[in-house]
Amino acid sequence: MRTFDYVRATDTQEAVRLLADDPAASCLAGGTTQLDLMKDGILEPPRLIDITRLPLHGIERRGESLHVGALATMEELAAEPIVAERLPVVRESLLLGASVQLRNMATIGGNLLQRTRCRYFRDPGVAECNKRSPGSGCAAVMGAARMHAVLGVSERCIALHASDLAVALVSLDALVHIQGPTQRRTVPLTEFYITAAESPEHENVLDHAELITEVEIPLPPPTARSGYLKVRDRVSYEFALTSAAVLLVIDGGTIRQARVGLGGVGSKPWRAYEAEHVLTGAPVTTATFLDAAEATMRDAWTVPGTEFKVPLARRTLVRELQTVAGVTS
Amino acid sequence: MRDVASERDVDSRSTVNERVVTLDVNGRTYTLRLDTRVTLLDALRDRLGLVGTKKGCDQGACGACTVHLDGRRVLSCLTLAAQAEGREITTIEGLTGADGPHPVQRAFMEHDGFQCGFCTPGQIMSAVALMAEGRAGSDEEIREYMSGNICRCGAYPNIVAAIRAVASGGGHDAHL
Ligand SMILES: Cc1cc2nc3c(=O)[nH]c(=O)nc-3n(C[C@H](O)[C@H](O)[C@H](O)COP(=O)(O)OP(=O)(O)OC[C@H]3O[C@@H](n4cnc5c(N)ncnc54)[C@H](O)[C@@H]3O)c2cc1C
Ligand code: SF4
Ligand code: FES
Ligand code: FES
Repeated sequence: MRTFDYVRATDTQEAVRLLADDPAASCLAGGTTQLDLMKDGILEPPRLIDITRLPLHGIERRGESLHVGALATMEELAAEPIVAERLPVVRESLLLGASVQLRNMATIGGNLLQRTRCRYFRDPGVAECNKRSPGSGCAAVMGAARMHAVLGVSERCIALHASDLAVALVSLDALVHIQGPTQRRTVPLTEFYITAAESPEHENVLDHAELITEVEIPLPPPTARSGYLKVRDRVSYEFALTSAAVLLVIDGGTIRQARVGLGGVGSKPWRAYEAEHVLTGAPVTTATFLDAAEATMRDAWTVPGTEFKVPLARRTLVRELQTVAGVTS
Repeated sequence: MRDVASERDVDSRSTVNERVVTLDVNGRTYTLRLDTRVTLLDALRDRLGLVGTKKGCDQGACGACTVHLDGRRVLSCLTLAAQAEGREITTIEGLTGADGPHPVQRAFMEHDGFQCGFCTPGQIMSAVALMAEGRAGSDEEIREYMSGNICRCGAYPNIVAAIRAVASGGGHDAHL
């Protein structure tokens, strides 16, 4: 690991100013991505700004929104009674991610900003990586791709965004509150990410000197049912091969409202609007769910190692729609 | 407790990449001058001689380095020593009380919850936290919430048995 200067920020404005003053500085939250990549020699900031003491830990319900401080941990958010009651899809996406130790460290802001698990990206010995060195090529497209994306990708980069939480949050239309040196702004999470097809090196719209301060989750109607299914190579403590976040409001055998997010497939957490379109107003049957799944993944761009994800993602979605709706046939 | 705000004083960073760090470990306070890169794991093992906490992967994947920070289980290999300042750190060495080993430690011995023993301190720190979290209700639950601790020897069935024994047999101090 390269040497760095460690600075502990104590208020948000100060942290933002420290970032603005040093274009090479990085901020450190739970460290589970940041320190990991520094140990690998992928990130080499000369200055680390520890933001974990900023007063951004609170989780608070205001009206029909849940306001989650960027530094609340994954375990803290999962433990909130309101999350169990009104946001099962969020709770499950959290508890199916990483391990308890990591979830006690990992923050909500950091989770949204986690970097890809592409092993070529994480190996400084690999020269071809457009995400690390724009224009150098992509080792994964020619190499062993499996934990890679098939939506929002191109031959320039097929890196997966591996957050489970973000998949649940895009499906819920969460908002990201951001503070910069001169202004605050709010960006819908669905507009926060940039796909690898658009730009391998830019993953989101956050500027260098901007901090995520809060994530706002609008509470779905009390009658909504939701859930998260994660399919992986081992039962626990593993990233998703595919996953589905589903929220349904059902009324008398008809789907009134549907929200669908897909994980394990996108270079950004993927919102499946086509599936929602098929589901909304349709009868609650497996036939509907199969149609909805068929409507997704049409734009998939695969390499030999990732072809399996197209049918697997569709089956994952059908299964979770059945589970959430309580329909088996 | 120390005043966190005062830690920003420039004189606590004597040179650019070193820092004086005060750590509260198992009820004792240590003041160390550390390279900023030093993780909590390396500070514990190399500087304080508390080698019960193990370094397996050093990358957040195996759980061998599990310690408690303010009562919560975390990975010391992905925590900078400086980040642990002002927090209450408990390591495997801090579990043993005046009346001998912690009930979870005893259960691991009784149930052969290990073979080589390398993962064991991490397993035990995790297991103690698991019980405090109220997640030892069934074997399935124990397995899920212990999944961050890998055992290359595959002692899993006995680890689950040891935890179950403490959780169900209880005993007065099972929830320490
Ligand atoms: C072994 C392992 C398994 C994992 N499994 C899963 C899994 O199954 N599912 C899953 O979703 N995730 C998983 N993760 C990823 C983990 O959830 C993320 O690493 C974590 O959420 C990142 O949060 P952090 O607080 O540690 O961020 P850090 O590592 O501290 O920061 C991450 C990045 O975000 C920046 N940053 C952090 N906070 C802010 C902020 N408020 N404003 C601006 N920038 C900020 C940092 O500068 C850094 O670039 C796993 C990680 C590991 C190591
Ligand atoms: S997939 Fe993206 S991150 Fe991985 S090697 Fe290719 S360019 Fe780099
Ligand atoms: S040594 Fe920390 S998780 Fe393996
Ligand atoms: S006992 Fe050997 S690694 Fe677990």
